[in-house]
Amino acid sequence: MNLGVIMAGFGGQGVMSMGQVVCYAGLAEGKEVSWLPSYGPEMRGGTANCAVVVSDAPVGSPLVARPDAVIIMNRPSLEKFEAALKPGGLLVINSSLCDKEPSRRDVRVVKVAATDLANDLGDIRVANMVALGAFLAACPVVKPDSIVDALKKNLPPHHQKLIPLNKLALERGAEAAAGQL
Amino acid sequence: MGQRVLMKGNEALAEAAVRAGCRFFFGYPITPQNEIPEYMSRRLPEVGGTFIQAESELAAINMVYGAAGAGARAMTSSSSPGVSLKQEGISYMAAAELPGVVVNMVRGGPGLGGIQPAQSDYYQATRGGGHGDYRTIVFGPATVQEGVDVMSKAFELADKYRTPVVILGDGMMGQMMEPVSLPEPLELAKLPLKPWATTGAKGRRPNIINSLFLDAEECEKHNLALQAKYDIIQATEQMAEIAFPDSDWFVVAYGTTARICREAIQEARAQGLSVGMVRPITLWPFPVNAFEKVVERAKGFLTVEMSLGQMVDDVRLAVNGRCPVRFFGRTGGMVPSDEEVLAEIEKMVEGRTR
Repeated sequence: MNLGVIMAGFGGQGVMSMGQVVCYAGLAEGKEVSWLPSYGPEMRGGTANCAVVVSDAPVGSPLVARPDAVIIMNRPSLEKFEAALKPGGLLVINSSLCDKEPSRRDVRVVKVAATDLANDLGDIRVANMVALGAFLAACPVVKPDSIVDALKKNLPPHHQKLIPLNKLALERGAEAAAGQL
Repeated sequence: MGQRVLMKGNEALAEAAVRAGCRFFFGYPITPQNEIPEYMSRRLPEVGGTFIQAESELAAINMVYGAAGAGARAMTSSSSPGVSLKQEGISYMAAAELPGVVVNMVRGGPGLGGIQPAQSDYYQATRGGGHGDYRTIVFGPATVQEGVDVMSKAFELADKYRTPVVILGDGMMGQMMEPVSLPEPLELAKLPLKPWATTGAKGRRPNIINSLFLDAEECEKHNLALQAKYDIIQATEQMAEIAFPDSDWFVVAYGTTARICREAIQEARAQGLSVGMVRPITLWPFPVNAFEKVVERAKGFLTVEMSLGQMVDDVRLAVNGRCPVRFFGRTGGMVPSDEEVLAEIEKMVEGRTR
């Protein structure tokens, strides 16, 4: 197994932490991982993305030029990354903030209203975990439990209280994806 | 070695330096290496060390000169334009025979350039960089783990040869996160003594650290002594990895570029092409011995760099006309893709059979 994922959205949507938490979970499961952020002159509200590799063997290039999966948190990211996705790859789209239909017909598409579902949970900031839950339901590269454990291990003490909410967000995402698999 | 933890390249290198006994860090901010000074500003006070954000790169490297002269393990880090500014100080350190470590997380140049990864400071790093007849030991690690490993080695060799050592990374290595095992911290008390250091002359003759030799005869003598030291380094400190040594063709790459090439080589081998890799880990001394192991059977070399062709000169010198040496590179912050490298490998192999 060697899976390259790109996660992309606006700065502030948590795409960087979404990638990191997958790496922490993969490492805890004994897998090889890498995380590479875009580090241009980004700012809150600008676009941000990271490339994550989870593999059984040591990671070659941390750059993911041809991703196996792409998690799209907003419309500009769909326009930027749809074409790069491998044929047969997985496209997870946050349909709350991306009304555009994907043009690719040779990929699996999972739509999840991540921002709306996060709002329903009472905190828009867990939209990333909703999208991640949908992604993991379609592509179980790490266990959702490992994600929760990684959050427990890496969130600072004053954020530990957010773990149940994040767990719920992961579950909502998985439920939203379930009908589309 | 401890448990594997996920760390950003910049932070892992900083922690590795602390564990290698570095107690003084002097720097000035520049992307994409700011996590190094940021980490050091928090970490060094915990171990009784000192972090100073200097007023400039020049000040920072001269503070390294001072701390090294007093016998401490000291370092600075920067990225390309900042490292250009440090060259005067590095030349003075080489002349005064002071140990120290300089990390360069290379970005696209020349001039202010950009902030994306590059390898276009290879000439500067491996040819001395500043004025005068000197070299610095240069490491080009390919993974965050290897960056951690060469950091210990960098401080060790800096002290052993009393010379500045450069770690040449790039923006990608600095910014990416990978699992690493960190070494146990060195005990400062167990490090070899530095009888040459300016530690206060009580009860002994004063030590003098200087790089001024107004008498030309003296200056030449000093240069010859430095050269003798560089000859020993060249003979004994080369490091390289050879992948698939019984191949017909070889890709030569260092640092993160080597990782992209490794993927291209895997694809080429899956197609039945006989392709291996020579991956320099020390860029100076250039690992000519590794080339000697494969050059007689090699039909050709392809050097891949994030520059328009700098290390390729050293490859040509090592190969010395015994077979063709090709080059492929992207520059200015662009990163070669494995598909591009594979296409170049195919061209090399086809060129031979045509």
